[in-house]
Amino acid sequence: MSHESTLPEGDLLVVLRHGPHGSLWLREGLEAALVAAALGQRVSLLFMGPGVAALAANQQRGPLEQKGTLPMLEMLPLYEVESLLAVDEDLDALGLAPERLAVPAERIAPTAVAALMARHPLVLNF
Amino acid sequence: MRYALLVQGGPYSHQAAHSALRFAEALVRRGHLLETVFFYHDGVYNAARLLAPPQDEPHLGDAWRRLHAEHGTRLQVCIAAGLRRGLLDEREAARHGKAGASLEAPFELTGLGQLVDAGLSHDRLITFAP
Repeated sequence: MSHESTLPEGDLLVVLRHGPHGSLWLREGLEAALVAAALGQRVSLLFMGPGVAALAANQQRGPLEQKGTLPMLEMLPLYEVESLLAVDEDLDALGLAPERLAVPAERIAPTAVAALMARHPLVLNF
Repeated sequence: MRYALLVQGGPYSHQAAHSALRFAEALVRRGHLLETVFFYHDGVYNAARLLAPPQDEPHLGDAWRRLHAEHGTRLQVCIAAGLRRGLLDEREAARHGKAGASLEAPFELTGLGQLVDAGLSHDRLITFAP
């Protein structure tokens, strides 16, 4: 669990609260994050609520033929997006132990979310 | 203060667009600058050229256009979110071989970079989402 003083700072925090498939929220949130990173902004991602499901390993194309969002997560290091955080309670609620994640994310307590937001002048919610 | 709005709710289906407009009108009444409205996610439907609500309901498209006409507010629509939902200006319609455009000025198709820029260059960016 992250102590507040170790929370990352950045220009933009993208908050992802929807899981993959079912809606475009996650994909369009990640697109905003990638564009901001490509423009040289320091971007952090916070996965919370159902959004933590985006981190699950072994995702495949859904029956609806969406492309899925896992390939976008795997591209993040190319865009130098290295601050991935997820709310620990939400991970635990879905049984997403660290070894079941496709990409590593730092676990933070729900009480640290406000401090994380305060360290980013711009917050976008998806 | 210089404001930008991010609208992510479609017209009429959710309160988000109505609330954004009411906030926008209150801002300019108070003497603030509303320089940019960025439409993303289902919010791009606010830019649909052919919105035709019943006459006794507010016309959201006209209300956005009025903000542009009276206050110079830029009405920016994410091109990726717009194209996949069928919102094309004349240029994109021609490029994709479609008959007729579904979006016209003062709405403008633009990239997500403009949203990032709006967030960083205005004093406030306020999100309205369903």
